This record gives sequence, structure tokens and C-alpha cells, in this order.
Amino acid sequence: MNRFSYLRATSIDEAMREAAADPTARFIAGGTNLIDLMKYNVERPTRLIDITRLPLNGIEETESGGLRLGALVTNDETAFDSRIQDRYPLLASAIQAGASPQLRNAATTGGNLLQRTRCYYFYDPETPCNKREPGTGCPAAFGRNRIHAILGTSDHCIATHPSDMAVAMAALQAIVHVRGPGGERAIPIADFHRLPGEHPEIDNTMLHGEIITSVELPPDGFSRNYTYLKLRDRLSYAFALVSVAAALRMENGTIAQARLALGGVAHKPWRDPAAEAMLQGQPATEDRFRAVADHILKDARGYQDNAFKIDLARRAIVTALSQAASGTPQSQIDKRIQ
Amino acid sequence: MLQEKGYIGTPRNRVDGRAKVTGEAKYAAEFDAPDLAYGIVVSSAIAKGRIASIDADAALAVPGVLQVFTHENRPRTAWFDINFRDETAPPGSPFRPLYDDKVVYSGQPVALVVAESFEIAAYAASLVRIAYEPETHMTDLDIQRDEAYVPPRKRTGVKRPPSPRGDPDGAFEQAPVKVHGEYRVAIEHHNPMETHASTVVYEEDGTLTIHDKTQGSQNSQSYVSSVFGLSSDQVRVISPFVGGAFGSGLRPQYQLFLAVMAALELKRSVRVVLTRDQMFTFGYRPLTIQTISLGANPDGKLVSIMHDAIQTTSPWEDYQEVVVNWSNLLYHCDNVKLTYRLSQVDTYTPIDMRAPGAALGVTAIETAMDELAYAAGIDPVELRLRNYAEMDEADKKYFTSKELRACYQLGAERFGWARRNPEPRSMREGRELIGWGMASGVWEAIMQRVAARAALTPDDRLEVASATADIGTGTYTILTQIAAETLGLPMESVTTKIGDSSLPKSPVEGGSWTAASAGSAVQKACLSVREQLFKYARRMDDSPLANASIEQVTFAGGRIHMTNDPSAGVTLQQAMQAGGVDRVEAEEKSSMGLLKNMRYSGYSHSAIFAEVRVDEELGVVRVTRIVNAVAAGTILNPKTARSQILGGVVFGIGMALEEESMLDHNLGRFMNHNLAEYHVPVNADVYDIDVIFVSEHEERLNPLGVKGLGEIGVIGTAAAIGNAIYHATGKRIRDYPITIDKLLG
Ligand SMILES: Cc1cc2nc3c(=O)[nH]c(=O)nc-3n(C[C@H](O)[C@H](O)[C@H](O)COP(=O)(O)OP(=O)(O)OC[C@H]3O[C@@H](n4cnc5c(N)ncnc54)[C@H](O)[C@@H]3O)c2cc1C
Ligand code: SF4
Repeated sequence: MNRFSYLRATSIDEAMREAAADPTARFIAGGTNLIDLMKYNVERPTRLIDITRLPLNGIEETESGGLRLGALVTNDETAFDSRIQDRYPLLASAIQAGASPQLRNAATTGGNLLQRTRCYYFYDPETPCNKREPGTGCPAAFGRNRIHAILGTSDHCIATHPSDMAVAMAALQAIVHVRGPGGERAIPIADFHRLPGEHPEIDNTMLHGEIITSVELPPDGFSRNYTYLKLRDRLSYAFALVSVAAALRMENGTIAQARLALGGVAHKPWRDPAAEAMLQGQPATEDRFRAVADHILKDARGYQDNAFKIDLARRAIVTALSQAASGTPQSQIDKRIQ
Repeated sequence: MLQEKGYIGTPRNRVDGRAKVTGEAKYAAEFDAPDLAYGIVVSSAIAKGRIASIDADAALAVPGVLQVFTHENRPRTAWFDINFRDETAPPGSPFRPLYDDKVVYSGQPVALVVAESFEIAAYAASLVRIAYEPETHMTDLDIQRDEAYVPPRKRTGVKRPPSPRGDPDGAFEQAPVKVHGEYRVAIEHHNPMETHASTVVYEEDGTLTIHDKTQGSQNSQSYVSSVFGLSSDQVRVISPFVGGAFGSGLRPQYQLFLAVMAALELKRSVRVVLTRDQMFTFGYRPLTIQTISLGANPDGKLVSIMHDAIQTTSPWEDYQEVVVNWSNLLYHCDNVKLTYRLSQVDTYTPIDMRAPGAALGVTAIETAMDELAYAAGIDPVELRLRNYAEMDEADKKYFTSKELRACYQLGAERFGWARRNPEPRSMREGRELIGWGMASGVWEAIMQRVAARAALTPDDRLEVASATADIGTGTYTILTQIAAETLGLPMESVTTKIGDSSLPKSPVEGGSWTAASAGSAVQKACLSVREQLFKYARRMDDSPLANASIEQVTFAGGRIHMTNDPSAGVTLQQAMQAGGVDRVEAEEKSSMGLLKNMRYSGYSHSAIFAEVRVDEELGVVRVTRIVNAVAAGTILNPKTARSQILGGVVFGIGMALEEESMLDHNLGRFMNHNLAEYHVPVNADVYDIDVIFVSEHEERLNPLGVKGLGEIGVIGTAAAIGNAIYHATGKRIRDYPITIDKLLG
């Protein structure tokens, strides 16, 4: 861990100003990811700007009938909020599928979206890694990559984004509100995280000095037909090998609208609008689900350890769509697959 | 005679439980010292080569940095290998931290940064720049297996496989029923909760008091003395509490060397604590490739057992453990070939991990036996009974006791095994396939020579002491029970002192020998105190015990009284007064019993039954039920004993489904070196575990009849789960852990 100065910001403007002035400054919220990375010498900020006293708390109604989650609302506050549970149970479920109660009590909306990959090499500064040190190479592509991506990879990086919450938000088409030196922006979540391409060091489309103020959930929460299905290497407290957030609007036994987002398979929560369109107006049958899964995975590529994810994702998509269609969402307490 | 059956064999809370949950119990990194300096270890980035240069200038320039120790400036230490050999060292040249510019494994300590504070040291460590000249390394056993060799020198305490008997190849060839397969268990790291740490207190007179995370305070003490050329009275190692170790604390680890080196050089107290990722930079459970061929008659009777194992070791030591011998210990067979070889890879030397050898070998043989049960069409329990070994056939000795039959029977009854339809995929509930599997377990009951002291002082305080350790197993509690019962005192009157090199001599705590060995020593010392007290009591004026023999009296409630007339007695205090003493003390050693005479073989046994539920489509496995029936002689404390088995079973679940240290062979480095990515079971993975202690009369090993429980719970558990998965799914996975990917398709 390196030396850093610490500032407890008292206003959003102050936080932004301080961050903009120092290219190595970092905001700190729950600290559950940033502190770990600092201990491993992966992140070496010279200045920490503590944003936990800023007025970015609370879950509020929006004019359009949705909810707005403050950037500092903790993951457990969100998951146990009765409005979220009633109207956006997919989001509550995804959050509860992640981490542990202790972590969820500290982790925040903003920090969760911005948590970094769990790639082993990224975490180990004694090894090369393009994401940590651009140009040094990607040992994961030829090494241990059980937890790595199968979709949207590049020659430069095959890391995944590890968040569960973000996968549900992707299915719900949330909007990330940020504020920065250049003013306020509303970024659809699909455009928030990016694929690694030639610049795996850049995780998302935020600019330096910008701060997440809130995440807006559109009115439709798909609260009847949804599921969050997470598959991992033990029954709890592990990152997803593959996860699927499925949200359907059913009308008389047919699918009127479908949203599907995958976690653990790409550098961002993975959506495929063409595959979702294949479900529209269709009856909920396994054959159809399989066709959708095949479509999503047609360009998937496996590496030494993770080729199984292609098959696992295919099966998970089919199971998740069945769960959503039948209104039997996966429990995050009972570990039996519903 | 021990008339009072008050404590031994009854469930008792841990005597150190309160201290542990309140934080009063101190661990190695929690002891303080005036003027303490902090050391942070810098680990090598490459697996093999040499250090071309070390640039420590930036680190040294940080205010508060005291020194950066490297091979270039380290103080001189002992010259000979023998000085670095600890009590449990395998044959070879032990690793010497900061010895020279050679890098022999990835993660090797290459520098120690010492500073006034932990934070300064950590920061400065990040500034040390090291240039390497890498050489080609090899960490892949699949390539190295062709170079396997029989270790020329045997490791002390580890039996070699017996010579082949009969004609195993010919018998296999002819056998009507055959099973042949290759079995693997992934590399595991111990990962105890407490990371390794040493706080070295530099006393005013220049002597060292060391708080070390170790399973043997005297092992650490003699290592430090011999490496640094100190006399034994200049070094005291104290380790009253150990936050788990599972074998990782059997050998002095490099943080001890580094902390002592720095303390001696800087003439001040130094603490070095390893990080979690550095917990992956020393010993591990070796990668093992096992090949098993079983030949049997149609009735399931084995006609040939061939079991070969190849294990990784380091280039500098021939680590060894008993992997293959168990096959013939469990099963009778006239044609047997057991072979064990090593292959060098560029990693640190493996180190014993809970149930070393057996956890691997029994997993393989018990998986193969399940395959044989299917091949022969015989129930797995019945198959084991038909091949039951009545004696240790390799050594041609009878067992001191062996209630494995009862384990099978009671375990099967509790589990409901009789209702099992052997057909794979025959049970399901909704999406889940249900499977029932079983396996046996076996572990050697080892006695070590341990010394213990007992001292009774006025007001009936009894102190018992031995340099043995409690790594969370309950040693404090059982020693207290034994002492209290032997002298007829309440447990509250007894203070047990362990984990201190200045106490009576004891080897490391391991191998499941501590309860039997330290327990026997404490019992013997307390019996000596009894005798002295009785002698004084008889000498008293008008003693009501004047004409009694010690067999006729009972020690209870702080008194010695006639067994047939409790009113006729004297208090312990009166006896001491009569003797004119204010302290009655005795030191005794546990004896090696009849085992020493080589007439019997002592083993504990178990039968494990497992139920799994496997999501057919997604391969998610839940181990919903385990019954483990254990025969291990006298159970001193059913409560702490049960905890040992529960922990062992959870360890086995880890081996069966989760634990795997992933080596990147390109880098020669373990990559998932943290607890987020090295998976051990969490609460959600653990459903019902039912422990049965089968009653087993044992009188040959030691007077207490104890065999030990630390390892047996692990052994066989992974195989029982793997076999249950086969029963559920029809998929035979011979490569543990059985992760989701292996069950797809
Ligand atoms: C052992 C372990 C297991 C875990 N398992 C899971 C899991 O299964 N699923 C899962 O989804 N997650 C898991 N997590 C990750 C956890 O969810 C994240 O660490 C957490 O959400 C991060 O939130 P935080 O508030 O603590 O972020 P911090 O650590 O404070 O910050 C993370 C990053 O976000 C930036 N940041 C924070 N807030 C803002 C803001 N408002 N504006 C701009 N930048 C900001 C920080 O500068 C930093 O770069 C796990 C974590 C651990 C340690
Ligand atoms: S996958 Fe990405 S994060 Fe991992 S080593 Fe490659 S570049 Fe680094």
C-alpha cells in the first residue's frame, strides 16, 4: 500500500473539484473493493476522497414512476427496501446473490458498479496484465482463466465484470446519473461498462472526476416474471461463473416482452437485443429458449479452463427463462435450483 | 484405579472457549513489545532464476524504514543443512530464506523490509525493485511424471510401501472382474484462519522471547537456536493459541527466520506477519496422480490390488507421506503391489496437510472400490465386508482394536442405507438427482513420547504442563479433564499450560497423536502426584488410610477416602501438611506402549455415508446429508471430539467439491491466492452432518485407550461424496474437486 492523503468531502462540488485536480485521486465509498486493491498495490491512489458524507443517500420515487437509488445507498438497504422488493424483486434478488451480508452492508450502489474484475492476474502486481499495466500482456488468455469471459473478449483482455447487481440493472435498463466537471450526464447502463477492445485498462465510459450520483430504475420492474440465477463454485459467497437475469412480461401465456442479461461471461453485463426479440410474441417453450441461448452464444469463445461456460451459460439461460416464465424465481436462500 | 468417572468421556465445554470468544486469548501477531518494529516480506515474481539486482534505495529513503534485508546483506547464519532441519523435515536440504541470489520458486521471500510501523514497512516494500534473470522452470506434474523416482532416503515417521506380495500383475490379468483408473486430487493449501506470524521480543539481556504461530514451540525453538547459533536458554518460544494450522505450522516457516534475523541484527523486537497471498508461498498438499488396478472374483473378493502414486516435491527436499499403503490396510488381498514415487517441480516443498497421504490415497482406493462394487454388482458396504482386513497384512500384525465392521453397520443404519437402490440415476426429486455413496476411512493411531508435569499446591490448585500445542482441537480441555479426574478435583481447580518451549518436552502437535500421547503423559504425572499424596496421607497420625493400599482409595472432592467408606478419609491439604510440603510435583513421560514392541498395529477407522443432490441440468451439487461413524478408541470428550469430526467432514467437502490451488505453468505460480478465489466450504455448503462414535475397547495403545481424532474425519469423505455423485448421475469423476464443469454434458 502506498501513501495517500485523505479528504472527507463535504459537498459534491468539492469532491469533484478535488478529484479533477489530481489524476490519481479516487473516491472511496464502502471501500470493500478499493481498499483490497490498494493493499495489493493494484490501485495506488495518492489521494482518497471520502464521499460517504455526501447527500447521495435515499431511495426516491421518480416523476416517471420509477425509483432512484442514491449512489451511497448500501446494497443491503436496496435489497431490503420494501419498494424494491415489491417492484424490482429482480434487483433485490441479484444483490442478495452476491458477496456476504457484511460486504453488502458496506457496499454501495456506485461502488458496486465500479468494482473491478476479479481476474487473478489483475490482482497480482508481480504478473503482467494489460488492464493493470497497459502493454504488458494478458497471461490469463494462455493461463488460468476459469473465471474469465467467453463473449466480447479481445486479444488484450478476457476479464469479466464481477457484479451481480449490475446484471439485474442491465436487464432493467437502469440509467446511471453522473456529475462531473462537464456537468451532468445520464448514461444508459448498456453504455456504462465497455468491452476491453484495445484498452482493457478502461472499464467504463465515465470520465475522470465524474461522480455517480444515482441510478434510476425505469417504471417497469418485471416483478411478476423474473429470476436471477447464479451459478458458482460453491453454494454461496463466490463470484458468478455464469449468472442470468431474466425479466419477462407475459400476456396470456405468450411473451410480450423479454429482457435477458448475463453475468460472469463478459467485460460487462451481456445483453443481446436480437436474442430478446426472438422471444417477443412467442410462447414460453424450452425449444424457443434454447434457440435464444444458441443465438446469444453463437460467437462465444472458450479458453483453456473456461470453455465449459459456453455450455453452462446455454443451460442457465434456458433454466432462467423457464423460471421467469413460470413465475418461480430462483430463491437466494434455498440453494436448490427452482 | 480411577474410581471417579467424572470427566473423562463426558461432553465438556472448552476451557479456553471464553478466552477465545472474548479476545482474551492472544495469537502470535497480537503480542506486544516495547519499541516493536514491523517487517514486511517481499516475494519473488519468478519461479526460477537468479536475482540480478535489488534496488532498495527508494525503500530505504522512506522515513521510518530501519533496514531492507536481502541475500546481499543478511547476517551470517549456520552453515550446515543439519542446522536448518526441523523435527519434521523430510530428507534433503531445507530451504534457507535470503540465502543467496537463487530463486527456486515463485513467491519465495527475497527481501524483508523493516520499519517503525506496519504501514511504513508495507509502503516501503512496494518500492523495492528487483531485477531477475529468469531460467526455465517446470511446475507441471503431467510432464514431470516421467521423471518420477523412488525417494532414496526415507522420511522419518513415514512408512514406505511394503514390498509386493504374490503375483499382482498376473492375478489382475486373470481376474474376471477388473477396475482400472487414474485418480487425481488437486493441490490444496491449508489456509488456516490465522496467517503465519512471529513476534520476536528482544529482551533487555539480549535473549529472545518469540510468539510464533506453530504446532511445536520446541521445534521452533530448536530451529532458531541452531540456525542462529544461540544456546537454548537464549530462546523461548511461546504459542499458547493457534488459529488453526492443519499442518502448516509443523515446520518453522520463513517468517520466523526473518523476524529473528531482523531482531538480532537490529537488536530490537520485530514482528513479521504473512499476508493471505503469502500463505500460498510455502507448503501445500502435493498434487498426486494415482493409478489403481483392482482385480476381483465374481463374488467381489479381491485377487489383486495395485496402487501407484506419483506426488510432487520440491527440487531440494524429498517430501513423503503414506499414500498407497492404506489400500491393503483396509482390504485383504494376497497379490498386492503398492508403489510410491516423487517428481520434482519448481515449487516449495509440500507440507503435511490434515490427514497427509491418507486423505489422497483413501479417496482414490475408495472411489475405485465403488467402481468395483458396480463392476461386480455387489452392494458397496457388502463388498467392503467381503474384503475386510482382519490384520495388517503388510506387517503381519494384529490390530490393537478394530471396530470398522460396527462403523459400517451403525453408519448404514443411521443413514438408511438398506433402502438404497444401487441403480445410478434411480432417485430424483424435481430437477435434482439424488445419490447415496459411502466410503471407509483409516488413520494410524500414533503414540509419541511426550513429557508432562503436574504440580499440586495448597488450596487444591493443580497445574499441568507440557510443551504440546492446541491448534483448536481441544487439547487444553481434554488435558484438564484427565488431570481433574485423576486427582478427583473439579476442572476449575486445574490450570493447563501448553504451547511454551520452556515446558516439559513434547514433539509437534500433529498426526492425531496429541490426545493419546500428551493425555497419557498428563495422566501419568497426575498418578505420580496421587501416589505421593497417598504416601503422606498414610503417614498422618491416626490416619484412617493407614492400612489401605492405593487400590482401595478414591480421590474425590479434594479428599482421599476409603472407597468402601467415604467418611474415612483425609483432605489433600491435610496430606500435604503431613508430608511437610507445600507443593507436590511430578514429571512423567508417556510410554510407547505395546506398539513399541511391534506386536500390534494401531489404527482408527470410519465409515462415511453421503447423500448428494445434483441439479441434473446445471450440475449444482448439494451435500445434503453425511453420516460419519468413527471408531477411535476412548472418546475423551464427545463434544470437542464431535467438533473435530465435523471440521474434518467439512474439510472433506472442500476436497470433494471445491478446493484447488491453480498453478499457472507459464509463470510457475499459484494464481488464486486469496480466499475469494480459493474456495473452501461456506455455511451454505454444509447441511446435516451426523457423527457416531462407535464404542471400541482399546487397551493396548495407552492406558486411556485413546487413538486420536484430528484427521480421521477428513479421510474418505471426498470419496463418499464422489461415489454419491456417481450414484446420482451415473458420472464417474476421478478428478477431485468435482466442480460444476465436470458434471455438465
Ligand atoms: C470477498 C468478496 C466477495 C464478493 N462477492 C461479490 C459477489 O458475489 N457479487 C458481487 O456483485 N460483488 C461481490 N463483491 C464485490 C462487492 O460487491 C464490491 O466490493 C462492492 O460493491 C463495492 O462497493 P463499495 O462501495 O465498497 O466500493 P469502493 O470499494 O468504495 O469503491 C469501488 C470503486 O468505485 C469508485 N466509486 C465508489 N463510489 C463512487 C461514486 N459514487 N462515484 C464515482 N466513483 C465511485 C471508487 O473510487 C472505487 O474505484 C465481493 C467482494 C468481496 C471482497
Ligand atoms: S484478462 Fe484482463 S485483467 Fe486479466 S490478465 Fe488479461 S488483461 Fe489483465
